[in-house]
Amino acid sequence: MTNRSRLTGIWYVLPALAFVIAFTAWPFLQMVWISLNDWSLITPPDFVGFQNYLDAFADSQFWVSLSFTLKYTLYITPILMIGGYLVSLLVTPNSGLSRLTRTVVFTPVVIGLGASSLLWYWLFSPNYGLVNKFLMDLGIIDSPVLWLGVDANLSNWAVILSITWKVLGFGMILFVAAIQAIPQEITEATMVDGAGFWQRVRKVILPLTRRTILLVTLVSVIGSLLAFDQFYIMTAGQPRNLTATSTFYVYLNSFPYLKLGYGAALSMILALIILGFTVVQMILTRRSER
Amino acid sequence: MTAVSDPMQSGILDPELEPPIGAREPGRFWSGRTKYLLGALSIVICLMMVTPIVLSISASLKTTEDAAAVPPTYFPSELSMDNYQKLWDYGSGLPRYLGNSIITAALTIVMTLALTIPAGYGLARFPIPGKEVIFVFLLLALIIPYQSLLTPVFLMFSTLGLTNNLLGLAIVHTTIQLPFSLYIMRNAFEAVPRELEEAALVDGANSWQVLRRVFMPTMVPAFITVTLFAFVTSWNEFLGALVMLTRDTTLTLPLVLAAARSVTSLGSTDWGMLQAGVTVAIIPCVVVYLLLQRYYVSGLLTGAVK
Repeated sequence: MTNRSRLTGIWYVLPALAFVIAFTAWPFLQMVWISLNDWSLITPPDFVGFQNYLDAFADSQFWVSLSFTLKYTLYITPILMIGGYLVSLLVTPNSGLSRLTRTVVFTPVVIGLGASSLLWYWLFSPNYGLVNKFLMDLGIIDSPVLWLGVDANLSNWAVILSITWKVLGFGMILFVAAIQAIPQEITEATMVDGAGFWQRVRKVILPLTRRTILLVTLVSVIGSLLAFDQFYIMTAGQPRNLTATSTFYVYLNSFPYLKLGYGAALSMILALIILGFTVVQMILTRRSER
Repeated sequence: MTAVSDPMQSGILDPELEPPIGAREPGRFWSGRTKYLLGALSIVICLMMVTPIVLSISASLKTTEDAAAVPPTYFPSELSMDNYQKLWDYGSGLPRYLGNSIITAALTIVMTLALTIPAGYGLARFPIPGKEVIFVFLLLALIIPYQSLLTPVFLMFSTLGLTNNLLGLAIVHTTIQLPFSLYIMRNAFEAVPRELEEAALVDGANSWQVLRRVFMPTMVPAFITVTLFAFVTSWNEFLGALVMLTRDTTLTLPLVLAAARSVTSLGSTDWGMLQAGVTVAIIPCVVVYLLLQRYYVSGLLTGAVK
């Protein structure tokens, strides 16, 4: 039976294998090749070696986009991690209210990033938006604040607020699962020891959920490094492309500007940065399992 | 890997069916007053999360004048379906765009299931040489983000006539969804006891009949999970659609909404219509999530233990 079923097994895997080769592996190889060419779609590709990569390092907008993306990632990740963890501590006990809070906090996670960005684009609009209206009603500001597309920093924080609303529940739900998986005996032992709540969190809960914390960090970091929808919709990269993230800049070059070779080189650099983060994170996860 | 590695079976949660674990009862740790404070905090958090959605729905029900008021009002002074009417007639018409989104999502679901059910079966139940290597290769899209592959995929699709084509977009969405779905499927196949399969094989069934008669019926939860995630991904995906679709009649809902920002009414963006669009885009996802929450959360947890 073994010999036959060996072949049978391959038949079952074959369609998926063909699909991944056709739509992930092959495009990846093509992208490597495109990145080595000067190609604007109208003219035929012209092999230029690593020129596109050298151009990228000399391109000030490349650095502006990359550093803005890193800044965004650096700001939002701790907010999502600490915020998500605190909410998960609050809702870990299985009361009715906790269950309701979990459901409600998770709901925006299933909403599209496009839809949520348009929702917040309206809330943050200077004259018609309810954020300014609310702050003015409270007397915190006197005149409408121009949240989006005028000041890069202010735009960044407005987007961070909208994304925090949207994805906080993702980390929360995974943290709740991890905390609930801690064996009851351990929790009880520390309670007998008379440890206070925060002491218990620090000495028992945090260390025992380290793997999940690393995982959620990785997912958040990669998601933030690839940020596109929220900036495309909420700031359109403004002011002066200062809020055009790396993915945004890849998109601009590859499609509206039709600089295919240059766009591909930028894609490769971005993919390598993300691969770097993935590898670091995997090493850390391995280590934490020991 | 055995069924024990499945988080659902090792006693971890889902929002409805959690195990009764004593140490987690509220009040066991907190004193009375703190308990009330924490309860109040939970309610505040719920309100903060719900408010944007409520405001968007309420803005979508304003009259055109109300929606363009400066300063804006929190709630409509009178309820009106004007915005939905305008959205219905916008561009090629809302039915068209909704249809495009639904067709793309349906194609994505069908392709994802058609690829990952057999692949999960093969990987979980057959002694394939180099199995682990194949599995990792099938997860390639986890390492290479699809955002970075859009240029070559766009070029390939334009020669194949798959740009401005919902099947083309569904292929992109299937690529995004494949690693997660395959992971869920393989786990689900591994969780089915060997005895069931062996009994059928002894009766002379071939592997395809075993898949259909033995595995399919027990794996309905995994199918629901994969379908649910494929739907949400496809319904919401933006960048792939932005690149692949340019002709107005092919646009999916997220693109239409982004484009509707430039529609003006009374000298500004038509905010009422825009929020009507946001509401239409949000509701299917939220309803599906609330109905199938259990599958959603279990899928997320299984996928997260990679």
